[in-house]
Amino acid sequence: MIKLIGVLIIVIGFIMKFDTIAVVLVAGVITGLVGGLGFVEILTIIGEAFIKTRYMSLFLLTLPVIGILERSGLRERAADLIRGMKSVTTGKVLTTYHVIRELAAAFSLRLGGHVQFIRPLVNPMAYGAAEKNFTEVDEETEDIIKGYAAGSENLGNFFGQNVFVAAGGVLLIVGTLGELGVEVTPLAVSKASIPIAIIALVYSAIQNYMLDRRIAKKLGLKKSGKPAAEVK
Amino acid sequence: MKSLLLEIFYVLAGLVSIIAAVYALKDDKHPHQKETALFWFLFGAIFIVGKYIPAPIVGAMLLLMGVLTAMKRVTFGSLVNAADGMRQKSADRMKNKIFIPALTIGVVAFFVAQVFKSLGGLVGLGLGALAATIIAMVMTKEKPKQFGYDGSRLLLQVGSASILPQLLAALGSLFAAAGVGEVISGGIAGVLSEGNILGGVIAYCVGMAVFTMIMGNAFAAFAVITAGIGIPFVYAMGANPAVAGALALTAGYCGTLMTPMAANFNVVPAALLETKNKYRVIISQVPIALALLVTHIVLMYVWAF
Repeated sequence: MIKLIGVLIIVIGFIMKFDTIAVVLVAGVITGLVGGLGFVEILTIIGEAFIKTRYMSLFLLTLPVIGILERSGLRERAADLIRGMKSVTTGKVLTTYHVIRELAAAFSLRLGGHVQFIRPLVNPMAYGAAEKNFTEVDEETEDIIKGYAAGSENLGNFFGQNVFVAAGGVLLIVGTLGELGVEVTPLAVSKASIPIAIIALVYSAIQNYMLDRRIAKKLGLKKSGKPAAEVK
Repeated sequence: MKSLLLEIFYVLAGLVSIIAAVYALKDDKHPHQKETALFWFLFGAIFIVGKYIPAPIVGAMLLLMGVLTAMKRVTFGSLVNAADGMRQKSADRMKNKIFIPALTIGVVAFFVAQVFKSLGGLVGLGLGALAATIIAMVMTKEKPKQFGYDGSRLLLQVGSASILPQLLAALGSLFAAAGVGEVISGGIAGVLSEGNILGGVIAYCVGMAVFTMIMGNAFAAFAVITAGIGIPFVYAMGANPAVAGALALTAGYCGTLMTPMAANFNVVPAALLETKNKYRVIISQVPIALALLVTHIVLMYVWAF
């Protein structure tokens, strides 16, 4: 039972928001000690595992080019594209964003983010669509749309990223299983991540469709003639 | 061939880290220049020469890095991106061409993994990154030095969290050596009869989601739950490891969608969007997260066995 102390340290350390790296190292060292390993032995295991899993950090090689592309306006161009999409309802705006976000994640493009895309772009467009279609968008509906907008970013990001063959998650799976004696290749893991990526997108599209229905039911008919109010 | 190429890529990756260390050291506005530089220098050194020095020394270097981050001495500093207007102008000029280098990384990585099976996806990633760098160099006409600068900027921005996946794998190996898995699985074995595959799959997926909700981090949950539940009750039963592993991690992500512990994804965005209800993002994600979790269980049970 005492061997579970490492798990306890991780849980408490994460909840207390102590430094993540330090928590993991402390949990590892203490687990090793109560498990009857010597200190040098523990250092050896940590060192060997770290050297063996260097491939998990190969993403470092992509940083210079990604940094340059950001300098050259990668995000700005993506924002222009999203701004140009013609979606008539709140749900369709969100589903379209989810598609783009998930595809980008599958290509390991970090094109997204609540700060960069949801607040300045996606949420205003989703809200704008509701405002265009209905007479009065009440506060609660506005709040709900915000929740869905933030959710579309998370869903697209989480379930798309592992489709990339060298994604952090994929390499974590390969590395952790390898350390536990189960061999598997990154390509196999990334391929196995495709179905759930598609399913997540389908569920999200259904949920967004239901959101449209819910808003329509609550807010009633479209207003006539008046141009869309300014986007908040 | 594969291991030689990988070793070259490790050296290059180490150089990225060491360049970041140099920029941190030269950054006079950085509050902790020396400590931050030391962190990235050690990380780079492990990549370049780690294979040739005794493992306990590498372990000790990692502990030292842990002390530096625990004392909050590994921080960003003051490297800057181009000004907003410059970036927009460049975006308008390059149009969709700007996506070409970015897409190159993924396309090359997948192509190499698929066609040159002996090289694998990791060599593919390295080659893709090199190809993308060359294409970007030609397209943007930026100097090589600027690549070093911007790579350092991103690495310092991501910060010490970059080494977390590797540390978690190391933790998994310590757990294995100390016999943590046996303890957890011994406890669960009382509830779960041996050979109950569906029970094992449910325990693995739900365990991932619940542990992720408690810790707010699916990567950490994966190391713990895989050692304790996954290995004895799923993989040992003959599960396809790629399928079970992939689904276990995303089952953890279902937990991420439902917890305020994952503040970056759920709490900060709510604040950013100024929602009336601070749990608005979580509320909107719970139904789909639960539906997805059930789907994970079904999919793992049907597809991995």
